[in-house]
Amino acid sequence: MAYVVPRPNLTWKEKIYLPSIVAGLAITIKHLKRMLKGETKVVMQYPEEKWDAHMPEHYRGAPTLVKDEHDRERCVACQLCEFICPPRAITITPEEIPAESKFAKVEKRPKEFEIDMIRCIYCGLCEEVCPEQAIFLRKDYAITGTTRAEMKHDKAKLYELGGVMKGLVHKWNPKK
Amino acid sequence: MSTETAAPVQMLNVQVDGVWHQFPKGTRVIEACSQAGKYVPRYCYHPKLSSPGNCRMCLVEMGMPKMTPDRKPVVGADGKPEIAWIPRPQISCAQDVAEGMGIRTDSPMAKECRQGVMEFLLINHPLDCPICDQAGECRLQEFSVEYGQGESRFLEHKVKKPKNVELGPRVTLDAERCILCTRCIRFMKEVAHDDVLGIVDRGSYNSIACHPERVLDNNYSLNTVDICPVGALTSTDFRFKMRVWFLKETKTVDVNCGTGSNITIGSRENKIYRITPRENNDVNGVWLPDSHRLNFKYVADAHRLHQPTVKGQPVEWRTAIAIAAEVLKSKPSEQIWLLASGRQTNEELFLTTRLVNALNIKKQHDILPRNGTADGLLIAADRNPNTNGAKVLGLTTSKPGGRLKKFVEGVRAGTIKVVITMGEDLTKAGLTEEDLAKLDAIIALDILPNKTTPHATVLLPASAWVEKRGSMINLKGRLQRLNRAVNAPGEAHDDWEILRDLIQAVSGSNGLYMIEDVFKSLAAEVKEFAGLNLSKIGDLGVQVIQEKTPEPEPAEAAK
Repeated sequence: MAYVVPRPNLTWKEKIYLPSIVAGLAITIKHLKRMLKGETKVVMQYPEEKWDAHMPEHYRGAPTLVKDEHDRERCVACQLCEFICPPRAITITPEEIPAESKFAKVEKRPKEFEIDMIRCIYCGLCEEVCPEQAIFLRKDYAITGTTRAEMKHDKAKLYELGGVMKGLVHKWNPKK
Repeated sequence: MSTETAAPVQMLNVQVDGVWHQFPKGTRVIEACSQAGKYVPRYCYHPKLSSPGNCRMCLVEMGMPKMTPDRKPVVGADGKPEIAWIPRPQISCAQDVAEGMGIRTDSPMAKECRQGVMEFLLINHPLDCPICDQAGECRLQEFSVEYGQGESRFLEHKVKKPKNVELGPRVTLDAERCILCTRCIRFMKEVAHDDVLGIVDRGSYNSIACHPERVLDNNYSLNTVDICPVGALTSTDFRFKMRVWFLKETKTVDVNCGTGSNITIGSRENKIYRITPRENNDVNGVWLPDSHRLNFKYVADAHRLHQPTVKGQPVEWRTAIAIAAEVLKSKPSEQIWLLASGRQTNEELFLTTRLVNALNIKKQHDILPRNGTADGLLIAADRNPNTNGAKVLGLTTSKPGGRLKKFVEGVRAGTIKVVITMGEDLTKAGLTEEDLAKLDAIIALDILPNKTTPHATVLLPASAWVEKRGSMINLKGRLQRLNRAVNAPGEAHDDWEILRDLIQAVSGSNGLYMIEDVFKSLAAEVKEFAGLNLSKIGDLGVQVIQEKTPEPEPAEAAK
C-alpha cells in the first residue's frame, strides 16, 4: 500500500547548510591537530606489528588437530568433519591402531589427515561437528604458501599447529 | 497381496491403527503392519529366519473381537467388530494375523514399551559410534533417535566385554556392542547349516562366542555382518576403510558364477570399498557367499591395462584398431579363430557375433568353460556368469568348450594363424606359450596382463564388470542388468565400443553410438530379447528362458 513519507519542516538554519559545514570542518581540524601532535596512530606496520593480542576468544583461524594430555591423538577418524565440510577441504584416510600401541583400545586413528587450505573457508563446522573434540580453529590466519602442495596441511602440520588441549573428552581415559 | 496358488488364500480382516485391512492367512503381524505402512521397529526379527522374539522391540498392543456369550462378535456402531484389547503388550514378530484382530502400533503404551526397551539395550552399549563401522546403517542408532533418551539414567559401571575379537578370518566381533538378538546364530544354524555360534555366560555377561574348537570360517560368514542390526559383527576386510555414508551404491549383479546373485557395490571416488547382497527372492534371497563378495580387488590392480599396444608399443586407439582390422582382413577366414568369453555381457556377445559374421568365421569360435563345484546354496558349478547368453547368441554350442580341442589341433597344425580373444587367457584353452609364439597374430581384449598378453600383436585394454553397463542371463534363464560403479582406468574403453570400432574397421559403418542402440539391435534380432530394453530389465531382472528341468533352486535352499 502506498505510504506518503511526510516532508520534514526544515528551519532556515538547516536550509542554508552552513552551520553543519562549519561543525564538520571543526571535527576535521580537531583530528588534524591530534595527528600533528602525534596523538593518533593510523597505520599499523603489518607484518612487523600485529593485532593478534586483541583477537577475540571466538576468532576462527586455521583448523588444527589437537592431542590430549597423554599425547594421544584425539581424532579417531570418524570422518564427520570430512562429511560436513562445505568446500570439501578435508580428506581423511583412517587406519587401525596397532595392538602394541598403548592406545590400542581406541582402535581407530587417522593414517593421513589433510586439509586443503586453499579450499578451507574457515567456517568452523568441522570443530562444531567433532564428537571427540579433536579439531579446533586456532588463531593462525596468515596461511600462505608458494605452491598448492604447500597449502595442503598434512597430519604432522595440523598437530604442530594444534598442540595439546587438556581436559575435554574423558571417555578414553582409564577409569579411576 | 494376492498370491498365485491354486487354492484361494483365505483373507483375514485385521485392524491396524484404526484402519481395517485384509491380509492373507499366515501373514506375520509385524509384516502385516509393514504392509499397512506402519513400520514396527525390530532387532531380532528377520523375514528369512525363525522368530525367537527375544529383543522385545516390536511390542504392540493387540486385541481380539469382543464375543457375546454365544460366541458371536459384537458389532460396533460402524458395522465392524468391537475389539477387546489385551492389557499387556504383545510381540508382533512371532504371531500370525487372525480374523478380527486389532493392532495398535503407535499407541502411548506401544511407544512407551519401545522407549523402555531402548533404555535397557543402551545400558551397556559403549559410546563408540565415531569409530564403529555400523554407524550410519545401525538400527540401534536409528531407533535411538526415535525412541531413545538424551541421557542415561544408569549410574553403575558398564559391563566390560571383549572387543575386537576375530571370530573367523573375515568377521570381527565387538561383544560390547552386541544386543544379543541372535540373528547371526540363527543364520549360521538355519541357512548356512554350520552351527558354530552361540551365547555363553549368564545375565549381563551374556555374549556371542564361537564353538571353542571352531572358527567362523564358513563361506557365508559375512552374511552375519549384513544382518547384524548393530556394529557387533563387522567385516574385517571393510573394517575402518570408509564410513558408509560416503559410499555410492550401484545396483548390479555378481559375475563370479552362473547364479548371478544380485549385489550392491559401495564405491567412493572411483574406488570400490565393499560389495553387499541385494534382495532378489528369485535369485539369491538376501544372501551372498564371501568368496564372491570379496573378489573385487583385482579391478583396482596397479597392473591394469590402460593403453592399447601393438607388439608391446603403446599406440593410439585409432592406430590399434586399424592395425587389428588390417591383420584380420589380410588372412583368409579359415585361418582365423575367435575365443569369446562367458564373462562377456549379452551386448558384447552380440557384437562378437557380428564380428564373426563380418569375418565369415562360422563355427570357428567358442567360449572357455569354467567349472567348479556347486556348494548347494548360491555357488553354481558353472563359474561363467553368462554361459546362457553365449548359447542364446550362438557363440558356443550346447556343450561349451566343445570346439576347443579342434582349435588347439588347428593351431598346432598351422591351419589357424590368427586368434582373437575376448578377455580369455589362451593358455587356459589348452595352448602352450610356444604355440602362441608360433601364431601369426593374436588380437586380445583384456583388463589384466596374463600369459597371452605378452604374445598379443594388438592388445586392447577393456573394462572390468564393475565398469560397464550391459546384461547377462544366469543359469536359471533370468536376464539381469549390470551397472557401472566406477570408471575404467586410463585409456581403457568399454568392450562393446572396442568391438563396434573393430567391426566398423573390418566391414564399414554400423550406426551404433550407445549401449542402448546395441540392445535395440539385439532385441530386434534375437527372440529371447524381443520387446526388451535395458530399462525394462529393471533391478530384479526378467525371466527370458524357461527352465527345462526344475533343479533345486539356490534361493530356495537359502531360505
